[in-house]
Amino acid sequence: MANTYNLSHESLKGLFGSLRRDGRRILAPVDAAGRVELGEVEAPSQVAADYLQTILSAKEVAFPKVERLLSYTIAPGRVDLKDAEPRALPTVLFGVRPCEAKAFGALDAVFNWDYRDKFFNARMEQLAVIGLSCTKADEACFCTSVGGGPADATGSDILLTPIEGGYLAEVCTEKGAAIRALAPDLFRPGNGVDKAAIAAKVQQAFDQPALTSQLPGMFENEVWADQALRCIGCGACAFVCPTCVCFDIQEEADPKKGERLRCWDSCGFHQFTLHASGHNPREVQGARWRQRVYHKFSYYPERYDMLGCVGCGKCTRACPVDMNLKEHLIEAAGVKA
Amino acid sequence: MEAVIQRAKELLEQGEVKAVLGYAKGTGSARRPHFARQAGQLDKLVMDEACVQNLAVYVTKHEVKKLGKVAVVALPVTQRAILQLMAERQLRDGSLAILAVDDGAVKELDSASALEEHLALKAQVLNAKDKASLADLEAMDQGQRWAYWQKELSRCMKCYACRNTCPMCYCDHCTMDCNRPQWVPVASHGIGNLEYHMVRTMHLAGRCVECGDCGRACPVGIPVHLLTIGAEETVHELFGQRAGHKAKLDYALSTFKTDDKESFIR
Ligand code: SF4
Ligand code: SF4
Ligand code: SF4
Ligand code: SF4
Repeated sequence: MANTYNLSHESLKGLFGSLRRDGRRILAPVDAAGRVELGEVEAPSQVAADYLQTILSAKEVAFPKVERLLSYTIAPGRVDLKDAEPRALPTVLFGVRPCEAKAFGALDAVFNWDYRDKFFNARMEQLAVIGLSCTKADEACFCTSVGGGPADATGSDILLTPIEGGYLAEVCTEKGAAIRALAPDLFRPGNGVDKAAIAAKVQQAFDQPALTSQLPGMFENEVWADQALRCIGCGACAFVCPTCVCFDIQEEADPKKGERLRCWDSCGFHQFTLHASGHNPREVQGARWRQRVYHKFSYYPERYDMLGCVGCGKCTRACPVDMNLKEHLIEAAGVKA
Repeated sequence: MEAVIQRAKELLEQGEVKAVLGYAKGTGSARRPHFARQAGQLDKLVMDEACVQNLAVYVTKHEVKKLGKVAVVALPVTQRAILQLMAERQLRDGSLAILAVDDGAVKELDSASALEEHLALKAQVLNAKDKASLADLEAMDQGQRWAYWQKELSRCMKCYACRNTCPMCYCDHCTMDCNRPQWVPVASHGIGNLEYHMVRTMHLAGRCVECGDCGRACPVGIPVHLLTIGAEETVHELFGQRAGHKAKLDYALSTFKTDDKESFIR
């Protein structure tokens, strides 16, 4: 159960100071020449004043685009292998949206599925999330269709909701309580504000449970190839997505030394499933687009009992050909088998 | 602009084409590429100032070729890309119905020579913003320019949206995807990003039709079109050629002439 407090703007400034004195870096949305991206800040005044979402997701904090897994040197008669250690800094992620905060759960499902990934876990252990409720949304957003909401606290250690003079602060987890304990006086007793009245209104766009249950029966439906006709098979949607977790293992080596790297990959790429034989089980973009939808809305629920999409809409905003995911899901949900 | 939608309708309804490729209203105020394969999907076609994307990126795709003959609503940039693709033998005369839309009038073209003739009527002008950005880059000294691109490209994540949106990047197997041998580091780190963009720039020098789509496609706003357009302008300056203007391939970077003024090549 969350404990609810009031945190004034002045107190937030104080809290940033306490976090910094505690040795944590603070990452928050900052305005970078008109684009809002995560960056390191010291005070709330450096946080972007007005933003819907960052273009990239916060996943990079725990799952960077390139991760060195190991390195080695080769000498006559011997190979020396060295495991890489994760560089995990105590970090507070401030001001991420509820959808993104929730998305860490979908990453966790994969990185702690049949194997516990030490890199991801080391970073997550050092990470605390101070989420910020949305007071506006755009056409790409569909959090409420996938079990989330503009003021949903899932995934946030502390969730802030803007109110007159500051924020309503819900302390949701032990990590959140530990942050409050750094400066307990800054957190004033809460006054029972109605969050829902402040939060953005996001209409439910489609019936997700119904979609998930009908997907297995519509694998061969032509809707996927139809939808994918304009998809150009790049990696933009997957790379900005807070839940997309696919990676590729690459070796960078010369005869004397080498490194093994884990790099972001995307199921939208032709090469993603290309076999060494030359056969490709997902030969056409329609099959690759279908995989994207199925992984998030059919295989994730089946395997991890959760969705692989939080409805943030980042993929839609980043797509060079405006493949609007919400629209496509509405269409798929409307297909009568 | 109604005229082009009208003509597209006729072509599809009369069965002369199997699909019409044009633009439709997208998310917010955006326009998006739109394929109409049935009469019912034609209503979505729009044509206005906000339609800027180079639709030629689709005409070399296997999935699109399989549809049969397609009518393409073609802005001048799309026309140039199609002509260049024809010169590079990626498309045959008659394989597309090209609905050239310039200044409101619609002209139907279907061959490289018709495109060449049509395009010769109009000078290619680079938009003012890109021109100014290129001039800014030109004004930098080498060290500044190097620093500028290193900083910009460090944000690249190798999503390849810039490559995949480019009508001239049609290779089935891109050098970037080769892993036996691996020509360019796959990882999106400093050297991996830099090499990718250097290769892309060189592969487009003399072939880029200056649509700017690669820059528009980049989710993180790296102006990568300035690299290829810059290289294209240099080729034009040095060799007097422009991509997408000739039906017969005349490509500076792969042409050998015995009377070449450079002596190192002989
Ligand atoms: S949906 Fe858009 S962003 Fe994703 S692969 Fe297709 S074109 Fe690229
Ligand atoms: S698929 Fe799109 S909407 Fe869903 S979590 Fe990923 S980026 Fe967000
Ligand atoms: S390189 Fe960029 S500007 Fe040139 S043709 Fe390709 S997409 Fe257009
Ligand atoms: S679109 Fe942008 S981020 Fe993606 S590969 Fe090109 S330059 Fe890099």
